[in-house]
Order: sequence, then structure tokens, then C-alpha cells
Amino acid sequence: MKTETPNERRRFLLSIARGIGLSAMGALVWSAYVGEVKAAPLVLRPPGALDEAEFIKNCIKCGLCVEACPYDTLILARPGDNLPMGTPYFTPRSVPCYMCTDIPCVPVCPSGALNELSVTSYVKNKAVLDINKAHMGLAVVDENSCIATWGIQCDACYRACPLLGEAITIEHSKNDRTGKHAFLKPVVHPDQCTGCGLCEHACVTQIAAIHILPRALAMGKVGDHYIKGWDKEDEKRLEGASIEVTKTKISEKSALDSLNDEGGL
Amino acid sequence: MKNYRYLLLRRLTQISLLVLYVGANIWGWKVLQGNLSSSSVLGVVPLSDPYAVMQIAVTGASLGIDILLGALIVTLFYGVIGGRAFCSWVCPINMITDTAAWLRRVLKFSEVQKRFYMNRSLRYWILGLSLILSALMGVAVFELISPISMAHRGLIFGMGMGGGALAVIFLFDLLVHENGWCGYVCPLGATHSLIGKFSLIRVWHDAAKCTDCRSCITVCPEKEVLHMINRSSESVLMGECTNCGRCVDVCQEDALRFSIRSFTKQPKDEE
Repeated sequence: MKTETPNERRRFLLSIARGIGLSAMGALVWSAYVGEVKAAPLVLRPPGALDEAEFIKNCIKCGLCVEACPYDTLILARPGDNLPMGTPYFTPRSVPCYMCTDIPCVPVCPSGALNELSVTSYVKNKAVLDINKAHMGLAVVDENSCIATWGIQCDACYRACPLLGEAITIEHSKNDRTGKHAFLKPVVHPDQCTGCGLCEHACVTQIAAIHILPRALAMGKVGDHYIKGWDKEDEKRLEGASIEVTKTKISEKSALDSLNDEGGL
Repeated sequence: MKNYRYLLLRRLTQISLLVLYVGANIWGWKVLQGNLSSSSVLGVVPLSDPYAVMQIAVTGASLGIDILLGALIVTLFYGVIGGRAFCSWVCPINMITDTAAWLRRVLKFSEVQKRFYMNRSLRYWILGLSLILSALMGVAVFELISPISMAHRGLIFGMGMGGGALAVIFLFDLLVHENGWCGYVCPLGATHSLIGKFSLIRVWHDAAKCTDCRSCITVCPEKEVLHMINRSSESVLMGECTNCGRCVDVCQEDALRFSIRSFTKQPKDEE
């Protein structure tokens, strides 16, 4: 029988320690890289994609969505693209999403990173794919470079929009410079805009004056503490709400008493 | 020709699979769509990389049914039948590292170069580390740097700068360490070693026929697995064996052949 000498035990423990040391070293480099690519927020995902953080957790990078796309809109991020490698994305200025009604890219996803339910509507209790429910991004207009806001007639984005008159509408206002013409400005409506990018693709300026941003970047959020008092639906959010009163040293007395208090005089 | 039977068969398999994948993207063939991370056979049967699915699982992702089923099918196939055959029969990196190893032998680098020390268990440490990091960072971390997926995706969907990674692996294997990537570093290979540990198809060594020429050990990318050569008749049971069949090819005495796993062994002198 082999007896374990202290030296052998030391050697064993040291070899484990060495492995842990090397792993820690590797983890440092590896996690730094992963942290960087994960933080790339300027990326537009296919229709039905989960939120970015969930999306890159789930996506297995198989490219089935890319193969299903008939317009070659979707690309798998290549090394050097500085995006999470292997994940699908699109660049609307080059090739926008043409919003196929049968959404071939979504049902093929094996991992659930593209969620079919998020682009499904119910017609007479029957589930049908509905590309108009997609939220790939949000069109944002840079008024400074949009020639329509200069007073030049252009409605390229408005005409290109597949949800014509819904996602982009034209706002009329008087052109005071000439006194007899009108500004016809494009206005994007975030609830309807799918982020397909056909507007960005169609824009006539050198760098598109209307461009798609990821919704998380383009949109703010009001939070729960504002309610539209003039809107019956919104008012309903108050039902069942409770009031929480905090007492501080100052608010112990009523405001008037507090003001009249002359500090014991 | 007999000396290259399995080598040619492997190249044929590797290249045919690549052609099917590339055809799916360019010409819309339905036979084998996707890539090695996850594929769809005839648009019906899912196949997924068990290691990628494992990394995705530890991030806490919701896991689609198709990738779970795909990973199960792949695991069962290699676990019961193929062993670590993925590495030598499917993985595209194998062609690169085999070329590097062959060049090393032809140019006799191993005879001149002092051995650069690496531990065979390094890959298991990397495997463990990748799972811990995936859980901590909420993303499958090896999939973001994997030169295997990079190469395979690159060939199907466009390479980008991925060629650089492949060149690095080639040069590493050629100049730094024989079979360095597949035999020491790759955590996907480590996963397949674990999956294939108990598979049925194994190389059988007949020590009675062995003349101890050691050609098999020269060509073997995982030399430790051939510890029984000229010592005893037994199956090559270590999970690290890639079932590449190179040893079977080069053996002039038919002392090595593929067979079904055998649990017995017989020392040479007892014959």
C-alpha cells in the first residue's frame, strides 16, 4: 500500500492552487473581453428578439434566422464587427427589414431568443404571425439635417414606411420665412414604429436624417408616479393605490404651525 | 491506400458536412441548415452543441425546446456510439491542427524543440472556468471567443477577421506545442471527451500482433490513450481518444482496429 507522504499532499494541494491561480488569471482577461462586447448597445436585432440582455443569454448563434431571411438583411456578427460575435443583427441603411408577413426568421429560432409570441396576434382566436407588432428599434429624426424641416418638400421616409400614415405622420406648419409655403415635417410614433428601417434606407440626405436606434437607447420612461388625470383609462391605475405618509422632524407639525413656531419665544 | 482509409473518410465527412451547411446558406438546401452550434436536419430534427447549451443553461436563460432536444440527440449519439468522434470527424479546426501536426512531424520540430510544458488537464480547467464565467456574466462566454464556431460560421456566413484566429491556432500548433489546441486547450473537446467516455465504438489493440514500431504513437494526437501498446490486448478506453482511426491506418501489422468496446484486457506475455 502506498502511504501518503506530506510532500505528496503538498504537491497535490499546490497543483490545485496553481490551477486556481491560472484560472483567476484567465478569468481576468476573459471577463474583461466579454464585458466589453456585451456592452455594445448600438445593435439592431431581428424581429421578435428578447431584450438585449436576455437575447445574448439565449442566442446560440446558429444563423438559422440569417438563412431564413430572403433579403439578406440579417448578418451574423463577424470577428472585427465589435459586436457580440456570431449574433444576428442588421444595418438598415444597407439592407432594412422588409417586414415579410410570414416572418420566416422567427419560427426557425431553436433557442427562443426570437420570441414568436411577441409577434403573434389573435384574429378570431386564431394565432397569426403579425410583423407589425415587431419592435426592432425606433426611428429618430435629426431635425437639423432633415430637409423637410428646412421647408424643402421631401416625404421619402413617410412614403417608405410600411405602416404608412401610422408610424410616421406628416405635421403641417407655416413657413414664416417665405410666408406662403408650409413645412411638412415627419413625426414618428413609437407605439406603431417597428424599427424596420425602410425610412432610414430611403432617406435622401448624405447620412440619414432619420435613423433607427435600439428602443432602449431611443426611449425614456415616465415611471409610475405620473398619471394622466384627464384620461379615464390611465386614472384606473389609481384604483387600489395606497397613500404612504412619511413623518420627519419638520413634517411632524402642520405647515402653518411649523411657520408660526418661533422657536420657543 | 489502405494507410489512408480513415483519414480520407474523415476528410470526406468533414468536407461534405461543410458543403451541406454552406449550400444551405447560399442555395437554400434544406438538408443541413444552421451551423455546428445548432442545426436543423431536413428542417425537422434539431441538433445542438451540448457545450454551448450548457453555457446558455448556466446563464439562467429560458432555453428553447429545440436546443434542449438537439443537445440531447447529440449527447446520446456521441455518448452511446461515437465517443469523441466529433473532434476528428466533424470539427473544421481538425483539418487545421492535423495539418500543423503533420508539418511538425515532417519538419522534425519536436526533435529539435525543447518541449513547452502544458498540462493535458488544462482544457478541463478552461471548461470549468467557462461555465463559472458564463453564470457570472450572463452570456455564454466561450461562444464569444470560440475559434471553432468562428471558423465554421466564417465558412458559411462570411469570415470577417476570423481568419486571424485560425492562423493563430495553426501557428500555435506548429510552433509552440504539438496538438496544442485540440489536445490541451479546447474546452469543446474536453466536453466531448467527457460525453464520449463510455461510448461503444473503440479502437481495439491486439498486443500479440504488435511489433512495437510505435508508428501509432507518432501519429496519435492524444498519445496518452495508447498506453497499452505492446503491453496488453485491450480497448482504448480513455475518453480523450478521438476515434480518428489514424493509428488503425498506420499500423502495418493489423494490431489496431475499430471494434465494439471490450471490458477485458490481456497482458501480452500471457498469449
